[in-house]
Amino acid sequence: MNYHLNFNLIWRHFDKLWQGLVLSLELAVLSILIGAIIGLVLAIWYVSAGKLVRAIISAYVEFIRNVPLILLVYIVFYGIPTVVDFAYSATVSFVGTLSLYAGAYLVEVFRSGLEAVPRGQIDAGKAIGLTPLQRLLHVRLPTMARITLPALSNTFISLFKDTSVASVISVPELTYGAQWINFNTFRIVEVYIVTTIMYLITGYSILFGLRGLERRFRAER
Amino acid sequence: MDAMLYALPFLMKGFSITLWVSALVVVFSLAAGLVLGVALVYGPRPLQWIVRLFSDCIRGIPILVLIFVVYYGFPPLGISINSFWAGVVALTLFKAAQVIEYVRGAISSIPRGQMEAGKAIGLTFVQRLQSVIFPQAVRRFLPPWINGVTDAVKGSALISLLGVVDLMQSINEVIGRTYEAMPLYLLGAFIYFAINYSLSLTSRFVERRYAYIRD
Repeated sequence: MNYHLNFNLIWRHFDKLWQGLVLSLELAVLSILIGAIIGLVLAIWYVSAGKLVRAIISAYVEFIRNVPLILLVYIVFYGIPTVVDFAYSATVSFVGTLSLYAGAYLVEVFRSGLEAVPRGQIDAGKAIGLTPLQRLLHVRLPTMARITLPALSNTFISLFKDTSVASVISVPELTYGAQWINFNTFRIVEVYIVTTIMYLITGYSILFGLRGLERRFRAER
Repeated sequence: MDAMLYALPFLMKGFSITLWVSALVVVFSLAAGLVLGVALVYGPRPLQWIVRLFSDCIRGIPILVLIFVVYYGFPPLGISINSFWAGVVALTLFKAAQVIEYVRGAISSIPRGQMEAGKAIGLTFVQRLQSVIFPQAVRRFLPPWINGVTDAVKGSALISLLGVVDLMQSINEVIGRTYEAMPLYLLGAFIYFAINYSLSLTSRFVERRYAYIRD
């Protein structure tokens, strides 16, 4: 092994990695927010809908879950603009893709969360004269939120890792920054050491932060 | 529709590469994951720490980065590796970490008394694993593991970025000639969907098959 580590060039271009990391986090946060809205709306719709709507929602979920993310990214970025006359940037396209992707996973999370709300709570809501909408807002959703919190944080962490796929359409997130330094400085081993450490530290910080949050909410029960 | 029919013969080679990569990854990761998973549960403390560190690190790194690390990072360290095997190695690392967690979960669902009973009647460690733990743990292991095979298939699409002509890359190549992006992407999505959905259905079937056993 005749490789001499030299991190100087990495530090000189560190802003590429740092700004990339910030963008990765922004992509993940935006996608989980939009994805959560998609997931919540579809989950509420699913539990109260007829067979046809359920079949359509399931088809969306199964399609997204069984197709590689990179292919979904290509479909939205290269495919859809050839069919409809509508232009969007790579970043917007990726946020759209990742939101649809997150939405498919979160429909399942929220749906099972809604179904896990104890029957007695809903009956109690009925007994004190709450309307169906009030029961949803004040009884079912708050309980569901607590049940689904761990699954939500896991989804967020995997979305953060999935943002690396954005590099294939040149969105300048962390993996793209790593590749840029790889191709321009050839300090290959160093750049990937630094990049993986950045992913690990960020990922585990988020994980521990969210676990702390989960504990607080569980304690209230 | 015409574009899809035209493309099919060109996609067959790529399709077989995708299946081949997935199969290699599944077999290697199963072997490595089983050994490391058992080491994580029954191994001496230092070994447990090493396996835990390995699993936590690998699961914290995006698959795409893992693939680049192996493909670009190994040759400067004196390990020459071509794009195909770089993909297989990276995906195997990723899958092995998953299998380790499935194994740990499955084994720890078996009451401790089972292992002690095996010891009491004089079975060796390997015999205890073989005839006491594994037969009971397999029903906890199989459904998530089969479902997890879809991750290998989906992850294998990323090795197209190294220039391996798998299903994903052969789709890109046909689009490069015909400029008909949407029909081909949809065809590709359908093929991936067919593979992965049948795997998830199998997983659900196996889960139901074992559902009669109550704990």
